[in-house]
Amino acid sequence: MPSMNRSTPGATAGIADRLPKWLVPNLSGLHMVALFIALLLIGLLLVPVAQVMIVAFQDPATGAATLQNFLDFFRTSLFRESFWNSFYVSVMSVVVATTIALPLAYITTRFHFAGSVLIQSLGFIPLIMPPFVGAVAMQLIFGRNGTVNLLLRDYLGFDIPFMEGLNGVILVQSIHYFPFILINLSASLRNIDRSMEEAAQNLGSHGIRLFRRIVFPLAMPGYIAGAALVFIKVFDDLGTPLLLNVNNMLAPQAYLRISSIGISDPMGYVISVILVVFSVLSLWASFLFMRGKDYATVQKGGGGMAKRNLKPAEKMLAYGVVIFILLLVLTPHIGLTLLSFGTIWSFAPLPDGYTLQNYVTMWEGSKTFILNTLLYAGIAATADVILGTAIAYIVLRTNIFGRKGLDYLATAALAVPGVVLGIGYLRTFHSVDVPFVGEPLASWWVVIALALMIRRLPYALRACMAALQQISLALEEAAESLGATKKRTIYKIVVPLMKGGLLAGFVTSFATAAVELSATIMLVSSNQDAPLAYGIYLFMQTPSGRGAGAALGVVAVLLVAAGTLASQIIIERDKKAKASADMH
Amino acid sequence: MDQTGIKIEDLHLSFGETQVLRGVNLDIRPGEFFAFLGPSGSGKSTLLRAIAGFGPTPQGRILIGDRDVVGLDPWKRNVGMVFQSYALWPHMSVRDNVGFGLRERRVPASQIRGRVDAALDLVGLAHLADRMPNQLSGGQQQRIALARTVVVEPEVLLLDEPLSNLDASLRVQMRRELLHLQRKLGLTTIFVTHDQEEANTTSDRMAVLDGGVIQQVGTPQELYDRPANLFVANFLGTANIFEGRVEIDGEAARFHTKTGEVLTIPASGNLDGSNVVLRPQNISMTQAPEPDALKGEVLHREFLGSQIRYLVKVAGTEIVVDQSHSAGRDWFDPGAQVHLVANTSSAVIL
Repeated sequence: MPSMNRSTPGATAGIADRLPKWLVPNLSGLHMVALFIALLLIGLLLVPVAQVMIVAFQDPATGAATLQNFLDFFRTSLFRESFWNSFYVSVMSVVVATTIALPLAYITTRFHFAGSVLIQSLGFIPLIMPPFVGAVAMQLIFGRNGTVNLLLRDYLGFDIPFMEGLNGVILVQSIHYFPFILINLSASLRNIDRSMEEAAQNLGSHGIRLFRRIVFPLAMPGYIAGAALVFIKVFDDLGTPLLLNVNNMLAPQAYLRISSIGISDPMGYVISVILVVFSVLSLWASFLFMRGKDYATVQKGGGGMAKRNLKPAEKMLAYGVVIFILLLVLTPHIGLTLLSFGTIWSFAPLPDGYTLQNYVTMWEGSKTFILNTLLYAGIAATADVILGTAIAYIVLRTNIFGRKGLDYLATAALAVPGVVLGIGYLRTFHSVDVPFVGEPLASWWVVIALALMIRRLPYALRACMAALQQISLALEEAAESLGATKKRTIYKIVVPLMKGGLLAGFVTSFATAAVELSATIMLVSSNQDAPLAYGIYLFMQTPSGRGAGAALGVVAVLLVAAGTLASQIIIERDKKAKASADMH
Repeated sequence: MDQTGIKIEDLHLSFGETQVLRGVNLDIRPGEFFAFLGPSGSGKSTLLRAIAGFGPTPQGRILIGDRDVVGLDPWKRNVGMVFQSYALWPHMSVRDNVGFGLRERRVPASQIRGRVDAALDLVGLAHLADRMPNQLSGGQQQRIALARTVVVEPEVLLLDEPLSNLDASLRVQMRRELLHLQRKLGLTTIFVTHDQEEANTTSDRMAVLDGGVIQQVGTPQELYDRPANLFVANFLGTANIFEGRVEIDGEAARFHTKTGEVLTIPASGNLDGSNVVLRPQNISMTQAPEPDALKGEVLHREFLGSQIRYLVKVAGTEIVVDQSHSAGRDWFDPGAQVHLVANTSSAVIL
């Protein structure tokens, strides 16, 4: 077929005509949205964190660039001690969490074991309780005069300093965070094809050696991912050390300096920089380690690791280990419940009597806390889902310049500890007055909701991305070819199909924002504006308030549990609907 | 009925650095059932999607009727597309799926119901209107996707490998139904497939694509009998190809192969080329010597039911020979020395 003249006037004019049309009607709307989100993230994340960094490197008097603050920091013995304590506690928490998680992961993936379901469901329970809530209950059970040590002293004549100083923090943190390792490690173990193991057996390897040389190395990426997460979480955590009154660690020092000396003291900022650097380093290290190590080896026709039956003795041992660990893991929950229903609980293995009075006191004293929490977490979660959907759509479905940047920026919040964000907000927004309200933005209640929004955004964003990725592009193209514009397609096809994922994202964000303490504790300017987590913290400060604090803690746990359950149910139902829809 | 033709002029398209379409020219007649045939990666789906308005904006022109649609949003084209995965929206009932395009076109609700019912009737699934897509079988989903597309009365119908997700027996039935429906509606239709049998049995004409370039356009018979190049000859059925040269001697023409064999070929038609293409069924095979026969040895035999396919070694090259089979007929065993006579009237010089 003869080729047509390429440079017909119509064709060239067509290109010129097309450009503006292409840019103006359908994309400019999304461009505006992208720009708005970018400004929001810059204003609420980048600027405050940058502000913290800058202040750390500034001479407080002259404002000149200097390393003096860091020199001062490392010259002060309290700070040096805090630094090593934080590091030590984080590493030890990873070690203890591994000791708890490894047997559970191994037993559930390697053997036919009736307890597997129990472990898989109960293993997640620690995550539904903020660690600082469990800390007081742990004190009552494992503390110097707690249940366990009282019994040990009475019957065996010695006690164990479970909760003394740093030990307490390590115990509480590892019991709380070990599920991160359990989840990742189990997933990795399940993804190892049985032929990997059989090939090793065929070459003469078995038992512990087989596990050490083949199975564990193959599961390593999952383990590292979980361990890095535990390390960061512990390193950044503020609530647990504060409640256990362990102040010689980094996050509590940052909080105490800012709250007692004021926002002009450079030490809080120096500590913030150290916290951020460690967060980034461990995320980076786990990324480096994971890169190019996708060990998911399950092949077609193969299966996960070969499971075998346990011998009777092994079964006894396995059940023993599992029950012991689960009891340990449930201690904070049991303790908290006892405390919330107990009258007086002091120097006794169990409370003296039981009552509902704590719940009455709690309700009278913390209605505002609960209502505030619902308001803040509601705002944060709603905003997260909207932002998450918009970012996911922009990243996955458009070619707007810099769209990846939005994703990175929103995800970067992961590496910013709550304390740091709180300090950044205080510093950046104390001079920004809110129109009509007449107070600085830093002490206005909305700033708490904004901080929660930024903190939870990375998780909501991942949920939205996953939801959007599951929608085949053909479903959108079909609507467009039938005459629906981009906007109509989003409204009629994309959002309805993402609904399940969005709802799950909302519920998770809501539930976790409701019990967040580290950023909010910095930003609460009056008890009137305080959310539930702060309320628990206040109650727990006095021995007489502990019962009511525990009752409020139970409310928090139930809230998060209900949220987690709801989001699991939504995700499962959504998955089922999608699976049956996707028949080919 | 108004029928719309499609003209594609010098169409270029690339994904980043990768050129996928390199100067496609095509003229699809109004009312035609047209197939794009090619191996995967040939650009056939990309070309179809460019007509519908999906993928990067190409350079060149795509005329649907008189309108150049390049750069036009998909929703402004009135081009109906049936997706390989059917793309039925799982959150809408069959009725809502089919009525979607009408609602987008602001058709009054009073008419939508009737038109949806009519479209469902057309594909014989009116009784499934209130089901959800995940309650339908693959064949039913396919028909609903078709109903959803034709109900808006598009100017042209695009089918992207519409039968590839169906099992073999259903595929044969569906392709007849498709053809029947296309004839009934008189819609200009383009059908993308990598299966030559599908293209042969349904299309009026087809274009064979490779490497983002159209290799040849024509009816299935034209393409099979008179391939324009070696790619088309090989892609449509099995071809035996000998290299060599043509010699014209007065009225007669002969083809001398590189290995010294001589084939008498018809003096009419194209004689310009250094290859001769012979289809396997145009070669007959005997044990007894014949004049002008090629000598060979049977290497391998496959029984295909209606015919037997032999692999025969002739002067160093292996060629495929198909002999029709009927009960009681003899066959040749591997190792047999045979004589091959080519029915050279069907030979093509390329």
